[in-house]
Amino acid sequence: MSHLSDQLMIAPVVLPLLAGAVMLALGGERRRNVNAALNVVSTFVLVGVAIALLRTADAAPTGVMGVYRLGNWPAPFAIVLVVDRLSALMLLLTSLLAAAAVVFSLARWHRVGVLFHPLFQFLLMGINGAFLTGDLFNLFVFFEVLLAASYGLALYGSGLTRVKAGLHYIVINLAASLLFLIGVSLIYGVSGTLNMADLAARIPAIRAEDRALLEAGAGILGIAFLVKAGMWPLCFWLPPTYAAASPPVASIFAILTKVGAYILLRLWLLLFGNDAGASAQFGGEWLLLGGMATIAFGAIGSLAAQDMARLAAFSVLVSSGTVLAATGLGQVDVTSGALFYLISSTLGLGAFFLLIELVERGREPGADVLAVTREAYGEDDEMEDAEEVGIAIPATMGVLGLAFLVCALVISGLPPLSGFIAKFALLTAALNPPAGGSGVSGAAWAFLVVLILSGLASLIAMTRAGIRAFWASPDRTVPRVRLIEMAPVVILLILCAMQTIEAGPIMRFMQATAQSLHAPQDYVRGVLGATAQRPTASVGGT
Amino acid sequence: MEMLIALGIGALAGSGVWLILRPRTFQVIIGLSLLSYSVNLFILAMGRLRLDAPPVLAVRAAGDPAQFADPLPQALVLTAIVISFATTALFLVVLLVSRGLTGTDHVDGREPES
Repeated sequence: MSHLSDQLMIAPVVLPLLAGAVMLALGGERRRNVNAALNVVSTFVLVGVAIALLRTADAAPTGVMGVYRLGNWPAPFAIVLVVDRLSALMLLLTSLLAAAAVVFSLARWHRVGVLFHPLFQFLLMGINGAFLTGDLFNLFVFFEVLLAASYGLALYGSGLTRVKAGLHYIVINLAASLLFLIGVSLIYGVSGTLNMADLAARIPAIRAEDRALLEAGAGILGIAFLVKAGMWPLCFWLPPTYAAASPPVASIFAILTKVGAYILLRLWLLLFGNDAGASAQFGGEWLLLGGMATIAFGAIGSLAAQDMARLAAFSVLVSSGTVLAATGLGQVDVTSGALFYLISSTLGLGAFFLLIELVERGREPGADVLAVTREAYGEDDEMEDAEEVGIAIPATMGVLGLAFLVCALVISGLPPLSGFIAKFALLTAALNPPAGGSGVSGAAWAFLVVLILSGLASLIAMTRAGIRAFWASPDRTVPRVRLIEMAPVVILLILCAMQTIEAGPIMRFMQATAQSLHAPQDYVRGVLGATAQRPTASVGGT
Repeated sequence: MEMLIALGIGALAGSGVWLILRPRTFQVIIGLSLLSYSVNLFILAMGRLRLDAPPVLAVRAAGDPAQFADPLPQALVLTAIVISFATTALFLVVLLVSRGLTGTDHVDGREPES
């Protein structure tokens, strides 16, 4: 491995940190254009870095591209960053979403409040760090970095609803962080290590009398992540916060719940996989049940949602519940389907959050609520029908409508787009358990029913919102939409379409990823066995 | 000493949980602070309680870990203190903004109708 590609592994953490710091040093808000340029450049470089890391990780025989040891200390004693297929994939997803959000924000949203660009870069640093780290406590630190930045971004633009939702968001996440600390310290107290790979190697040998403490620690830690991933009943903070956040922020927040889901996927399969001895599969049924409850709650919520932003927020819950439930099923093929779904739904939701603002721009605030009330109380507005005939849809409305249609297809999982392929992969895998199993389990059938029904619910909700926005409001003014705002939405949706066209190679990649997740020996060996001397690269600790 | 620490953690955590369930923002912030103190003590206790043992290796005594207190939890506590201090300060600002915008210190931004 060359020297340069070694340093590339830490670039996703260092680059946003430096970019954010330079922005602040240059005077913060007084040089907004310089900051904006820095933000765009840094985010696009991150896309390139992520692609390079992904290619190298996929080419590596074990799927572990490399282990970056900060300060060159041997692995169990010091902090490591690990790049494997899954973390490289999540880095790429984050940077793509971030690129779309930052370009979108240039049109007007970055002028609404202060310090959008530095906060955005610090958020990226936290997210990337959480994906890369191989150490539980370092994970806590990166989580706090991303949360601190997200507090600022959730409140970005101020206003009453944002402050109210932000207050709850901050309290709940502070409490969850404390649970995180309790879980981490319990695990440390029992096992004496914080390195994830070392922990995985030690868990089978934990004494029987300490096992209850270890599992209690893991359970408490799991609750902290489930709060972030938005599992029912820990998710009531999510819809108000996401619905109130400004559109580019909400769009990048679509990845935040996936950070929680990613950690659960990684840690659960690493620590409590089949090699874990007496603790194998600990808590799997809770992931499955909780995930399905989340899907149900999200689906019902999206049917009840009275405006598009809340509809999108509840769709986030559906998406994160699907990933959690699929993780809980604990089969290799289901996991690969879940990864495919994760990519598709996150891109779709990111585009949807951006699109909502463009669509809503032409309507007076509260139009949706009025329309729903009118529907509910049967107050008809027949008289407008006569004037509606023959109104030509202007080009802007055509593009917006088409983008909305594509979003609806991706999110509700209808053919021909990636959402359908993802759900198809999930269900095929769930209904075809590996040979030697005891046939299709009841859990898989329940998963099938919940998934199909949630697709139906989100289709109904999206159709209703779409009809109301595009067909049934004759008095609307056509929104003025600039190219720079429309382009990110379209590009995110094109990526979803690409995922459909290239489904074969992408699915193969997901299979390989899921296989190495379910058989983490290579990961453990990669981290603990990396003893070859490398040039020292030291970065300040925490 | 174990009993003292355990009782201290229990009292702090109990008061903290009770306070964050209260409806006023000021009670919530005090509750969060108390909870974070109890968690910090808990982390320290997880490194096993030792009296009069140095946390880092002394010059002539390297090689026998049994003589030292575990330094790792102390490093963790330090980080946790800094982070919870910073986030509490941030929360305090949001609390004041919310008080200014809504005119009430209720966590929901409005007084419950009685």
